[in-house]
Amino acid sequence: MLFPDLVKLTTSSFVAYRMRSFLTGLGIAIGITAVILLTSIGEGLHQFVLSEFSQFGTNIITIQPGKTKTHGGNVGVFGSVRPLSLEDADALRHLPYVENVNPSVMGNAEVRANGKTRRTTVLGEGRDFAEAFTMKVQSGSFWTDEDNEQARALVVLGAKVNQELFAGQNPLGSYLRVGGQRYRVIGVMEPKGQILGFDMDDTVIIPAARAMELLNRSGLIEMQVSYRASADVNAVIRSITERLKDRHGSEDFTIISQEQALEVLGSVLDVITFAVGALGGISLLVGAVGILTIMTMAVTERTSEIGLLRALGARERQVLALFLGEAMLLSALGGLAGLALGVGIAQGLHLLFPALPVHTPWLFAVLAELSAVTIGLAAGVVPAMRAARLDPVEALHAE
Amino acid sequence: MIRLEKVSRSFTVGDQQVAALRDIDLDIAAGDYVSIMGPSGSGKSTLLNLIGLLDRPSSGTYRLDGGDVTDLTDEQQAKVRSEKVGFVFQAFHLVPRLSAAMNIELPLILAGISPAERKTRVAQLLKNYGLTDRADHRPDQLSGGQRQRVAIARATSMHPAVLLADEPTGNLDQATGKEVMNLLEQLVAQQVTLIVVTHDPAIGGRAKRQVRMVDGQITGENKSSVLP
Repeated sequence: MLFPDLVKLTTSSFVAYRMRSFLTGLGIAIGITAVILLTSIGEGLHQFVLSEFSQFGTNIITIQPGKTKTHGGNVGVFGSVRPLSLEDADALRHLPYVENVNPSVMGNAEVRANGKTRRTTVLGEGRDFAEAFTMKVQSGSFWTDEDNEQARALVVLGAKVNQELFAGQNPLGSYLRVGGQRYRVIGVMEPKGQILGFDMDDTVIIPAARAMELLNRSGLIEMQVSYRASADVNAVIRSITERLKDRHGSEDFTIISQEQALEVLGSVLDVITFAVGALGGISLLVGAVGILTIMTMAVTERTSEIGLLRALGARERQVLALFLGEAMLLSALGGLAGLALGVGIAQGLHLLFPALPVHTPWLFAVLAELSAVTIGLAAGVVPAMRAARLDPVEALHAE
Repeated sequence: MIRLEKVSRSFTVGDQQVAALRDIDLDIAAGDYVSIMGPSGSGKSTLLNLIGLLDRPSSGTYRLDGGDVTDLTDEQQAKVRSEKVGFVFQAFHLVPRLSAAMNIELPLILAGISPAERKTRVAQLLKNYGLTDRADHRPDQLSGGQRQRVAIARATSMHPAVLLADEPTGNLDQATGKEVMNLLEQLVAQQVTLIVVTHDPAIGGRAKRQVRMVDGQITGENKSSVLP
């Protein structure tokens, strides 16, 4: 039997039992729709989260005090480890490939200006903070000299703090009280918005040395090292590790590269996408049961036809192929309808709710269609085997 | 052409062995026209199924066209059926969702014959059996006689050496039945071996050789030298 004839014959029974075929195909279509829709949303979410995380650039290595030995968080500055100091940060500046080193401290303090008071997040950073995180200064600039002993009382305002305290006026050159100390405003950041719930604009940025004093901390919360994009991240990590080990005597710090963190995050998000896809897969299973049912019925109904085909010289394999072909046709067409429906609904949702990220990778569409066909094949195997193994004489005389 | 030696066929019904055929010896030459008659349950259909390789003897040997076909595998049986045997049934056995032309084409499709070759053969068969204007009709749009003509056209599409007809006129009125028998008998003139199973003496009596069966055994044979 030639392949086009197989297609023609299976299509003929598909057309002859239109309603039934439509309903069976619908079962698979709904399953594929669910899978495509859920994975589209999952993948959209995946990309959304990753872009949130990678907007500061990906060539960043973070160093935190304390060594993560197994799982769980590190003991941080409260552990019996040497805290990371500003001198540690300076020591890393001249390593190969390193572009910027940013010491970082964070805390809360009251800021006051123009008779207005606001409680806000105080970021203690280095002079290269904006550059390292690819953030932009709207007006003014960061401080340019950095003296660990005698850091000057200068502050760069987040956009929101500027808006709230200086509403409209030019704040540059004005004085601002942070935790009771006087700071001169030398810059205002561009609005950045919220990043995973943290409002980047509701902050004031002061030199790290000042912040440590103000917040009464003996060490940095972390340091960020940005390196040249062309450099090998592992080589950079190795040289940082060596330098810090020389200084501390042991490896009492943790190095996390943005690249690795993104990889871990990406794999977690992949699992989530896969899990929601699997949930949709349950409805695919129901569709498969539908195909199994309909094909079992078809074999029973068409027993005498099977007998006839055998009398006309059909081999067992040909009968098997005919019924498997029918099951696959049902599931393939159902799968295609489901693809169209799933992508359509996903895009429709995106139009209705632009905030909802959706994305359907081609690979998913192809995989979904392949799995539909595979499911049809699997569901068709038992009935088709039964058809092929029928005794020709008995089948011929069946009613 | 066909040689059966001591062929028996028994079935297991419940825990009992029932012999449907007992020690059948039968020789049929190429181009023979044989009718097998007998009451129902006499084993004539079982014999036909055996000859048509839809079944296997429990014992004995069956030679078809010079070769031993007693112990063929399913696959081999199918090949022989496809190439050498044509079937015509009482209930026509047309595939209801396929057109007359497509029904006639089925054995050619199953044998993997090229579409071009199939087209000419089917067109010729439709013409031979006066079905050209019915080519695109489905079986339920055809009369009984037309259906059986489609069935005969289908049975002959692979140019079989042996044509087996199981009560070919059973579902037809007398006039149509006669018409169908005429068509079958024309094939004998083309050196096709025709075997007709029937319980109707008027139909069976038309054959050159008339084999009578009772209880799974051949009880006698009449020969008539002229076609009616």
